[in-house]
Amino acid sequence: MSAAIRFESVSKRYRLGEVGTGTLSHDLHRFVARLLGRPDPFALVGTINDREVADGFGDGSSDDVQSDSAGGETSGNVSGGRRAKRRNDYVWALKDIDFEVPRGEILGIIGRNGAGKSTLLKLLSKITAPTSGRIKTKGRVASLLEVGTGFQPELTGRENIYLNGALLGMRRHEIRSRLDEIIEFSGCAKYIDTPVKRYSSGMTVRLGFAVAAHLDCEILVVDEVLAVGDAEFQNRCIGRMREVSAGGGKTVLFVSHNMGSVRSLCRQGVVLDRGELVTMAPISDAIRDYFERNAGAETGAHWHGTVDPTAAFAVEHVSVVGQGQPSYDATDQSNVISPDEAFQITIRYTVGKPLPPMRVGFQILSGEGPVVVEAYDSDAPDCRGPRLPGRYCSTCTIPGHLLSPGWYYLTLNAGIPHVENLFNQAGVVKFRIHESELDRAQRTRRSGVLQPCFQWETKPS
Amino acid sequence: MAIETESDLGSEDWDEILEPNAAVFNLRLREVWLYRDLLYLFTYRDIVSFYKQTILGPLWFFIQPIFTTLVYVLVFGKIAKLSSDGIPQILFYMSGVVLWNYFSECFNKTATVFRDNAALFGKVYFPRLLIPLSIVTSNLIRFAIQFGLFLALLVYFVAIGEVTPNAWALLLPLSVFVMATLGLAFGMLFSALTTKYRDLIFLLQFGVQLLMYATPVIYPMSQIPEGISGVLAWNPLAPVFELTRLGFLGSGTVSIVGLIYAATFAVVAFLISTVIFNRVERTFMDSV
Repeated sequence: MSAAIRFESVSKRYRLGEVGTGTLSHDLHRFVARLLGRPDPFALVGTINDREVADGFGDGSSDDVQSDSAGGETSGNVSGGRRAKRRNDYVWALKDIDFEVPRGEILGIIGRNGAGKSTLLKLLSKITAPTSGRIKTKGRVASLLEVGTGFQPELTGRENIYLNGALLGMRRHEIRSRLDEIIEFSGCAKYIDTPVKRYSSGMTVRLGFAVAAHLDCEILVVDEVLAVGDAEFQNRCIGRMREVSAGGGKTVLFVSHNMGSVRSLCRQGVVLDRGELVTMAPISDAIRDYFERNAGAETGAHWHGTVDPTAAFAVEHVSVVGQGQPSYDATDQSNVISPDEAFQITIRYTVGKPLPPMRVGFQILSGEGPVVVEAYDSDAPDCRGPRLPGRYCSTCTIPGHLLSPGWYYLTLNAGIPHVENLFNQAGVVKFRIHESELDRAQRTRRSGVLQPCFQWETKPS
Repeated sequence: MAIETESDLGSEDWDEILEPNAAVFNLRLREVWLYRDLLYLFTYRDIVSFYKQTILGPLWFFIQPIFTTLVYVLVFGKIAKLSSDGIPQILFYMSGVVLWNYFSECFNKTATVFRDNAALFGKVYFPRLLIPLSIVTSNLIRFAIQFGLFLALLVYFVAIGEVTPNAWALLLPLSVFVMATLGLAFGMLFSALTTKYRDLIFLLQFGVQLLMYATPVIYPMSQIPEGISGVLAWNPLAPVFELTRLGFLGSGTVSIVGLIYAATFAVVAFLISTVIFNRVERTFMDSV
């Protein structure tokens, strides 16, 4: 099958920090260098320092630096990033990316925050140009990096469909011919002539996705946008994307932290790590690789996030600790929890500004893949109001006799339902439930993700 | 195997190739044409959102020029006693105010395009040139309304026989074209530069004000002393103002050379600033 997209050694360099004083002098330097026929002096600086960061500071640091410049994303371990920041002004968000996507493929792009996923999509969407390399595309590219981009609150739903569609590159008559379909998909038919400012945030998202889902394009680029909708809507969107790919022969590039939706939608996966493409494989292999790469890098039961008091939301620390005797397995450097003991998942975080009712929670994913449970602090009735700024600590106690032995990964999630995804990172902590005494004694291994201790009664009859 | 893919590549026809540096002199106007519906929708959006948030609504289109004109009549006409070339002062100042409003609005709004639309530009691609163009068109509607006010006043003064319009008035579209193009050109140049050098914003704030005094808004060219008028003639806006006054109010200093100069200046400036704007647009998201 012919290729729809090809990346040819694409790199993207960002300048760090405030761009203010200094840029003029940099530009003059550059200009002089060009006059003298020398290479760009700052390109050199970026390359060298990037290597230093990767070698000198170890895991995580180069990628924090990137996310600082890309903005918006919450990054991991920050101390290394700060140190690196003082030393170099330029950083490679993407380095020598080479890959090809055949037509009709649904490709999942996964990686940690700051691995370069969003940069890659931004390049493909023409929001910013690559620093070097070429991206070739065949057919119209429509990108959905945010749902409802450019919605004007004063205009009605119908007018916004036209505006949003035109922003995404549709002609007016194309939108007109699909208007009914779009309205039906959004489920907002009743309010279509009401100004969008009166819509609930959930409805705005529906309307936004409905427009994008009916775009007439050959390549659809979708960033973490589904995180805001509810489960029913997410399934509908995923179904729609699968439909356009299978039926319409469209190529879909999909970025998400939700491994569940990536797995169910995509056939192929690309793993990015610190700006480099490390794996391109069938999706289940890619996800496994991603977990091994990332969860393995953390030290077992604890995960340290950023401490940025100005951010609306920042995770400081996450831990998974058994309530019984702390047991630490030195051989695989992981936190082992006995199957019959309860354990606590504790999330410490800071809220930087007043937030509407929000929720903080997690998914537990088994090493084999599927999501085992998903839970939020708002499950507790007293935790459903608006959130004031301050430091918080949410603890969830998971009873013993629940999970079966094996490896588990924790995906952290915080957000305002239907509105905004504040934080989402897969594989922050990896932990292991070890075999029960009984199974060990009997040398048996049970199937199933859950292993509750049911009540049995057996008596002679 | 890499070589094989290279040779395949030649036979494949890619629709688009994204590269670090685009051709310098490609204005990408074809792309703007493809997105022409968006221009209409942006203009519609600008106008609707302008009056939907206000109590007096479209009345604001009138209030601003009326009051400015009254103040100018009082300050420049009655107190400073500047000449108005024999034209009734209220007409003289209103023509200046309405024309100047159009130019300065186009300029000021376009100059902050990148800053005002950073959120939008960061999420979706469309030819960025559309935003400046939509500013010019939505302001054009505003200008038409305000110019209508001026015409209404003019009808009264014509009726009492104080002024007589002439055939030069038919060149109004040329005046509007030059003002729009210049406003766009200066605005785009500023917006492109301010993405990198923020201090230019301060220059803009008083620069536009000072430019007004270098343009025959509150005075007629005929009153300018010989030495200074030679300098002011370099201002491509001057012929535009004089032309409009000559056509509608019957008094103004207009030369064909001056008009050709103004139009040429506007077009050349527009082409240059479009090139710069398009260049900056490709990577500006990295520096905001």
